[in-house]
Amino acid sequence: MSDLIDDPAEGLNAPEFTVTEISGAVKRTIESSFSRVRVRGEIGRVSMPRSGHVYLDLKDDRSVLSAVIWKGVAGRLQTQPEEGMEVVATGKLTTFGGQSKYQMVIEDIAPAGMGALMAMLEKRKKTLEAEGLFDPGRKKELPYLPEVIGVITSPSGAVIRDILHRLRDRFPRKVLLWPVAVQGAKCAPEVTRAIEGFNAMMSGGAIPRPDLLIVARGGGSIEDLWGFNEEIVARAAAASDIPLISAVGHETDTTLIDFASDMRAPTPTAAAELAVPVRLELLGWVGEQEARLARALSQSINQRQQRLRDLARALPNPQALVDQASQKFDFTGGRLAPALQKAVQVKRLALEKRAAPLQGATLAQRIRHEDTRLKSMARRLASGLSSNTKTQRRVYDKTAQRLRPLALKQEVDRKKTAFSALSQRLSISALNQTNTWRNRIDALERLHQTLGYKETLKRGYAVVRSQDHIVTSKVEAEKATELEIEFQDGRLATGPSASPKPSRKAKPSPPKPDQGSLF
Amino acid sequence: MSDKLVEEMSFEEAMSALEAVVGQLERGDVPLDQSITLYERGAALKKRCEAKLKEAEEKVAAITLGEGGEPTGTTPVEGL
Repeated sequence: MSDLIDDPAEGLNAPEFTVTEISGAVKRTIESSFSRVRVRGEIGRVSMPRSGHVYLDLKDDRSVLSAVIWKGVAGRLQTQPEEGMEVVATGKLTTFGGQSKYQMVIEDIAPAGMGALMAMLEKRKKTLEAEGLFDPGRKKELPYLPEVIGVITSPSGAVIRDILHRLRDRFPRKVLLWPVAVQGAKCAPEVTRAIEGFNAMMSGGAIPRPDLLIVARGGGSIEDLWGFNEEIVARAAAASDIPLISAVGHETDTTLIDFASDMRAPTPTAAAELAVPVRLELLGWVGEQEARLARALSQSINQRQQRLRDLARALPNPQALVDQASQKFDFTGGRLAPALQKAVQVKRLALEKRAAPLQGATLAQRIRHEDTRLKSMARRLASGLSSNTKTQRRVYDKTAQRLRPLALKQEVDRKKTAFSALSQRLSISALNQTNTWRNRIDALERLHQTLGYKETLKRGYAVVRSQDHIVTSKVEAEKATELEIEFQDGRLATGPSASPKPSRKAKPSPPKPDQGSLF
Repeated sequence: MSDKLVEEMSFEEAMSALEAVVGQLERGDVPLDQSITLYERGAALKKRCEAKLKEAEEKVAAITLGEGGEPTGTTPVEGL
């Protein structure tokens, strides 16, 4: 702008603009000078408000250019603007006087060469991969024989024909075609919508829900196939509950949907081959199974028959099993009757031997004999008893006759008289004897009285004692410390310790001289 | 063996069941009574497989879309 406006300090007579005037002047200048330009740069921040216009920045390493894609244009674009994309934008420059800004109005936008496009694709791929959308674990197995196949492709063109043709060859199926644009700006949203639409169908609904999806497109330039590199398409393919085969372009073309699909087919024809097995092969297989089934059954039966035959052969003849036992039976059975007869004979013999003495006549004779014996014994018993009694009686009588009670009495009387006389004599003689003894005792007593020392004491004699010894001499008396003198009427103690001591001795011998003198 | 009725089996289910029956019978370790039952089941499975294979009918229809792009129905497609 600086080249359009003079330095106000230098020319005071320069014309004076209002702000609007100068904005308008600038706008005219810019729009006329840059009515059609191509600008190469990296897309910066992109915003898509509800209005449908797209606002974005184009930038390089030093500058930024604001840009807008009007709603009508945005829908037509083959390449949708994406942050980080290196593009060449075609359009014109214009100003926005209300904010003192200028911007580019983009009419078309294209990737800035193949390298930029591939770099962008690589970046997207990395993003989705990091999210796990390409994980092998997410891949669903294709049904072996799908009943309904949903094909998402262009209704016109060779692709659908190729697919139907190959399906017809292998295994004709019900096919639901969801027509979509396979290139251009509409491609990605339509394909996305088709994938989501098929998934939204209910099984048993008005439109049968496919059990396999094929997203197909024929070969083309990378720009033609670009719709299948769009993130929304890849996300829809990854999110599909129905197993999905992608077949976009030729074998060498790989688009983003190929990574997200459950199976990638190099071509649409190959997709049909992956989708269904070959019917004739299956019929052949079924026939083979049937044959194997029958063979196995008959073989099983044959084996059993063979085994039965083998076992049957191994079984011995039943008659042979019995024969030996039968023979043994016959032999033993033959011996049974004679053995019985013999046993009877033996027993009979023994019986007869025992029974012989038991004959009636013999018994009767024996009874008679015993009877006679018994009777004779009985007779002897009575007579024996009476004769014995008689004998004893005779002895008794004889003895009894000899017994005489009178004689016995006389004898007893005699003895009694003798006894009385004897006892009388005994009494008399005992009395006499006693009297004699009494007289003698009295005489002796009198003599004793006469002879005793006590009588002497009466006559005036005394007995002297010293310590219970009779003192008979003057020497003894002198030696004695004490003396006891017995008189007719008692004892008198003399001496130092004289105390009268009763004498126990009643009959001490009188003094010898006295006695001596007496006799 | 699956409890599913043979008549309700998909081709693939009937096929793997048939394969199992044939294999079991061929091993020959099944009692005779069971062999016959197995054979009968095999025959039924084979019939089911054949029936599914005979259902090979081509029918192509295109989805018709409404203004918003939602499916409204189908139209037969011919001549492709």
